[in-house]
Amino acid sequence: MIDWGQVFSNAAVELISPTTAAYALAALGLAIHFGYTGLLNFGQAGFMALGAYGYAISILTFGFPVWGAVLVGIGASVIFALILGVPTLRLRADYLAIVTIAAAEIVRLLFTTNTFVAVTGSANGLSEYKDGFRALNPLHFEGTAGFGPWQHSADDWWVIIVSWTVVALACLFTWSLMRSPWGRVLKGIREDEDAVRALGKNVYSYKMQSLILGGVFGTLAGMIFIMPRAVIPAHYATSLTFFIYAILLLGGAATILGPVVGSMLFWVLLSFFSGFVARAVEVGWLPISQVQGGQLRFILVGVAIMLIVIFRPQGLLGNKKELAFVK
Amino acid sequence: MAVMLLVALTVALFAGGATPAHADDVDVDKYDYVLAGNVTFNGTPLDGVLITVTGPGTDTEVKTGADGKWRVGVPEKASYTVTLDEDTLPEGVVVTKGGNTMTAEFGLTKTKSVNFFLGEGTRVTVSFFDQLINRVANGLNFGLLLALAAIGLSLIYGTTGLSNFAHSELITFGALMTLVFAVNLALPVWLAILIALVLSAALGWTLDAALWKPLRKRGVGVIQLMIVSIGLALAMRYTYQFFVGGATRQLPGASPAKLQLGPLSLSWIDLTSMAISVVVLLGVAYFLLRTRIGKATRAVSDNPSLASASGIDVDFVIRVVWVIGAALAGLSGILWAYFRPGVSWDMGFQILLLVFAAVVLGGLGTAFGALVGSIIVGLFVELSTLVLPPDMKFVGALVVLIVVLLVRPQGILGRKERIG
Repeated sequence: MIDWGQVFSNAAVELISPTTAAYALAALGLAIHFGYTGLLNFGQAGFMALGAYGYAISILTFGFPVWGAVLVGIGASVIFALILGVPTLRLRADYLAIVTIAAAEIVRLLFTTNTFVAVTGSANGLSEYKDGFRALNPLHFEGTAGFGPWQHSADDWWVIIVSWTVVALACLFTWSLMRSPWGRVLKGIREDEDAVRALGKNVYSYKMQSLILGGVFGTLAGMIFIMPRAVIPAHYATSLTFFIYAILLLGGAATILGPVVGSMLFWVLLSFFSGFVARAVEVGWLPISQVQGGQLRFILVGVAIMLIVIFRPQGLLGNKKELAFVK
Repeated sequence: MAVMLLVALTVALFAGGATPAHADDVDVDKYDYVLAGNVTFNGTPLDGVLITVTGPGTDTEVKTGADGKWRVGVPEKASYTVTLDEDTLPEGVVVTKGGNTMTAEFGLTKTKSVNFFLGEGTRVTVSFFDQLINRVANGLNFGLLLALAAIGLSLIYGTTGLSNFAHSELITFGALMTLVFAVNLALPVWLAILIALVLSAALGWTLDAALWKPLRKRGVGVIQLMIVSIGLALAMRYTYQFFVGGATRQLPGASPAKLQLGPLSLSWIDLTSMAISVVVLLGVAYFLLRTRIGKATRAVSDNPSLASASGIDVDFVIRVVWVIGAALAGLSGILWAYFRPGVSWDMGFQILLLVFAAVVLGGLGTAFGALVGSIIVGLFVELSTLVLPPDMKFVGALVVLIVVLLVRPQGILGRKERIG
């Protein structure tokens, strides 16, 4: 018989897991790009990879402190955004999509190739970079602590607290930015680029600033993402960007809390679904293998993306008027 | 004549760490695990042969001693790559079997012996010019098969404005269906390919009829359509994996012997593949330039409203474009399966970005631009392996895409007004 309690509590754990926070932050970056400015960035996985590798390589190869490593990651993503933006921000939206997706793949391939194995660890990736971050942990207790299904060790709680604090600060920052004149120009660009240009605003520069800011959020998300796991280049494939788009569209593209709610919902549902399928296969309810059960969830994500975009493009929290991509 | 010789059977196990280090021992005292070997030819130990050991935590070179022996200490019980530098072997001696690179994995003991098979013979060194010629031929082959997929993608973009990210799944579909009919159902290959092409065309028809046409009727925006195609691609790709699994399987007759045509070394499959691509591409060109429906396609591509006003049935044209585009993508997938070689669930996705690069290079929405762009991308990918390591060969093509957008954003054959 299926242990429903186990399935539900495993799903509940995802509600506040660092992975959920990382996806929420990356999706918030995309909300700035896509939801507020109308930029089609399909290279968010590349920004996350730069954060992850920038952090890990700074610590492992150069022995930087934690704050130095964070700065290196952010610097790398600013440069990456400039490289992406200079050729494409003057062009039509779909060019940016193709260039960003290509650039993210270039980043992933450069981290995967054997040529730089001494620094990047090639396909095996990197690990052992967590000591510096753990040394900052003010929590000290043995074993696990927590309430309900959320039982974690001191190190895990530290990661959870820091990651959700970053997400909260980013949300607050974005919220105040979007209420400011700067944010109104971004929304103006999304609605009608030429009108904003006619008002004497430098559209190109605003788009670039938006690309950089959202990219930095993606980079921070990449750093949070590697706290509960190792840095593996295969994680930063194009599907990662598509998953983040699914989260953004689920929550609402032009909203602040949409990405957070979307990410929580996405991971809880996905975990529940995987848990349920895995158990159902175990007790013989479904005539498929465990591996096939794992693939079912990708199929589900794909179908969910299609259905949301067709039937509720504004997402759960969004307002249909605030959508540049629905014409 | 090649006398096979098993070089270096085993090496005595050294128990303690007390053995003095020789010039042919590297890191042996430092680490617990030891890779060792003995390089001899016809019973004569070979002195000064360079061995390179790479893997987790080490990247070491060692030269064999006067007794032909070498030992390298490594830090982990992991898999290491051992390479014998053939240039340091005496003249007339080559590695005959298994190549000069081996993967060594530790078993139950802390010492692993690594043996190379040496024999008499002259090493075939391919001159740079011959390599270049072969790369160009391979690049043309690859470019032509990319062009088949790219033209469909470009026509669909031109007529509907959709950047179809699910095109990769149409590519995979052709190869998968060939695999199903030729291997699982054991039909003759030519029949399996024909069935696969018909099914691909049917898939194109179905996708347009069931999904894209209703969405056009709803007036869904092009960016929404693009995201829908991404969702569709994800769902289709993992549906393939759900049914066929993650393994790579071969089509019948893959990787036949190479024919030597002067400096060129190609298999008959390479030649057939190129011939098929050229014939089909000429057919598409004829269709676009000479037939009524082809001209209508170009008209819709140019300006859908005007085409509609001049009495062209735009929906019919788009349906035809989907059917042709899907069939071309399917054919491209079959040729790609022979080129790689192998059929796997994500094979189309592996070249999707190259197809997009080709289309953008040539100019979005222009059919002949896609052809030119594909040939350039194909050549570039193959030629870049002359200077780049093979696992980075796609990087070059994608970098070119970004650079071209910097200098000529409308693409090679695109018109400037297409870019907003």
